[in-house]
Amino acid sequence: MLQRVARSTIVDAPLERVWAVLREFNSHDQWHDVVDTSRIERNERGDQVGCIRAFSLKDGNRIREQLLALDDRTFKSTYCILDATVPLQRYVATITLKRVTDSNRTFWHWESTFATPPGMERELCDMVATQVYEAGFENLRKHLRRGNDLRQGTAESPAMPTAMAVASRRVVLKSYGAPSVLRAENDEVAAPKAGEVRVRQRAIGVNFFDIYLRRGWMPDLLPLPGVLGMEAAGTVLDVGAGVHAVMPGDRVAYIGPTPGAYCSVRSVPADQVLRLPAAVEDDVAAALLLKGITADYLLRDLGRVTRGTRLLVHAAAGGLGLLVCSWAKSLGAEVIGTVSSPEKARVAREYGCDKVIVTTNYQFASEVQNMCGGADVLIDGLGDAARDENFAALARRGHWISVGQATGALKPVATSDLVAKSLTFSRPVVFDYIATRAELVTRAERLWTALSDGTVRKPPIERYALESAELAHERLEQRLTTGALVLTA
Amino acid sequence: MVRVYVSSVVDTSADNVWSRIRDFNALPQWHPTIADSRIENSDASDRVGCIRHMHTRDGGMIRERLLALSDYDYQCVYEIIESPMGVANYIATLKLTPITDGQRCFAEWSAEFDCAEGRERELTELIGNGVFQGGMDALKRHFARR
Ligand SMILES: NC(=O)c1ccc[n+]([C@@H]2O[C@H](COP(=O)([O-])OP(=O)(O)OC[C@H]3O[C@@H](n4cnc5c(N)ncnc54)[C@H](OP(=O)(O)O)[C@@H]3O)[C@@H](O)[C@H]2O)c1
Repeated sequence: MLQRVARSTIVDAPLERVWAVLREFNSHDQWHDVVDTSRIERNERGDQVGCIRAFSLKDGNRIREQLLALDDRTFKSTYCILDATVPLQRYVATITLKRVTDSNRTFWHWESTFATPPGMERELCDMVATQVYEAGFENLRKHLRRGNDLRQGTAESPAMPTAMAVASRRVVLKSYGAPSVLRAENDEVAAPKAGEVRVRQRAIGVNFFDIYLRRGWMPDLLPLPGVLGMEAAGTVLDVGAGVHAVMPGDRVAYIGPTPGAYCSVRSVPADQVLRLPAAVEDDVAAALLLKGITADYLLRDLGRVTRGTRLLVHAAAGGLGLLVCSWAKSLGAEVIGTVSSPEKARVAREYGCDKVIVTTNYQFASEVQNMCGGADVLIDGLGDAARDENFAALARRGHWISVGQATGALKPVATSDLVAKSLTFSRPVVFDYIATRAELVTRAERLWTALSDGTVRKPPIERYALESAELAHERLEQRLTTGALVLTA
Repeated sequence: MVRVYVSSVVDTSADNVWSRIRDFNALPQWHPTIADSRIENSDASDRVGCIRHMHTRDGGMIRERLLALSDYDYQCVYEIIESPMGVANYIATLKLTPITDGQRCFAEWSAEFDCAEGRERELTELIGNGVFQGGMDALKRHFARR
């Protein structure tokens, strides 16, 4: 009677990467621990259907196997044993990979049928299931995690020395002040420590928050010399001990409360790192992760914006502004924005702003009152210059959410200022809304989904070279930008 | 011919998921966009050939015929007879595969159909994201480990 053995698992890597290893019939001596050495007979290629691999196992057994079928469309490889010193007869095995579409991982099914000498059924089934298939799953995982598949000349090349420092460019601040304090220089980034991920960055998000730090408003958060930047996206170079969620070669983005992203290579704590869906490009991730998560918590959690909410958004054509406008519109809110130019007004309208007030001197309250009778929720990144107008623009029981201070530090708001209209005042910071890993993952996933299904429209992204960080800051500060900004490395 | 494919991992055995989705009349119990369902001609809801008559939450009417049911493969195949989506020759397959290392299973939902030119993207989005991924998410939530 034919025996059948089937084992399956999920590998935390994109299908293409797993398939690149498995479609090569002769790769097993590089990743499977039971295999000692293997070669393809007659000098054929390892993806030539019909080719034969002759290999020895660490326990001394020898096997010859032939590739019977290889299918790049269904990611399937079928092979059989021709002769072997182990008593597996008529052994035919198939490896099948399938994509886990909603998390960019891989389902791996490994199955075979064979006959055995009488009485050896149990023993051989167990051997194939555990020592070949289950051990193989673990071994391939380890192979990918170490990035062994990404190195060239795999078989002979020594494992990458893990303690190696990597050259990087970084934009460093030696003093606080104007954009001209931003200067690029060479740097070296040491190997990732335990729990860290070293990322080769492709795009770095620029946030207005970076400007506060550059000006020296928060010296505790950015001591000198210091590097700005709270978020970036790129490719994992290598990982420190204990990191299993990402592997070398994975495309990732991260966000964290410690500045330092204005550079080309950086090590960050693994719990800040997210694998990116294939559809989200590096510059989009870097441009929108912090601002998109901010829009999410502002609208969902703090502002509880729903159908009919009268929402006032300052800097409506800015990075955060456009995300908030289009998301709020999808939620059914009545969106009113303020901007400084007719051109910005046009963009804001395109992104779902129902009514736009153009003002360069922060006068908007009476117009807001005329348009809708006052705002239920106000998202304000302006700060002090709009203070009095904000009070006047709010409706009874309105909620003023002060997210930033682009015009200068907001003077303290007294509780007595709130009582006249039963107002609420909030002063949130994004990092408190992604304090746990689960929250970060949920918010990021919600953002990518919203961008892909059109709930949120992707804002325009202005790109600057890392070396031109000064220019990016100048333009952001001078109110010349629309949408979000990234530095590319 | 347009093809949509969605797959996911649910944190429970294939048997558990199968017992929730096997009944062709049970979609309203587990899919968030389906409001009600009944089987036409008082057929049994696992008789191959039976027709389910459903309404979505936004009022659309859908009729689908069960083409194949396999308890051995954890697989169900059905076709759309009538729907507001504007698809023709629509055949979908919902399939589970046990994952042997751990209490979880691999779920696949796919469909092939024809439609008017230019509507491919919109329908792929609606069916892939709305119907299939929406269903996967509901199953994952239902079986989420506490
Ligand atoms: N707390 C949080 O969690 C959080 C998270 C993200 C962002 N934020 C805050 O949200 C706001 C927007 O951030 P962003 O990065 O997306 O920037 P942004 O909105 O793209 O740029 C700032 C905008 O503010 C307006 N502005 C008005 N007066 C200004 C002035 N005197 N100087 C400079 N800009 C002025 C400008 O738009 P107009 O020309 O149209 O007036 C400018 O484009 C910032 O205040 C930021 O700190 C807070």
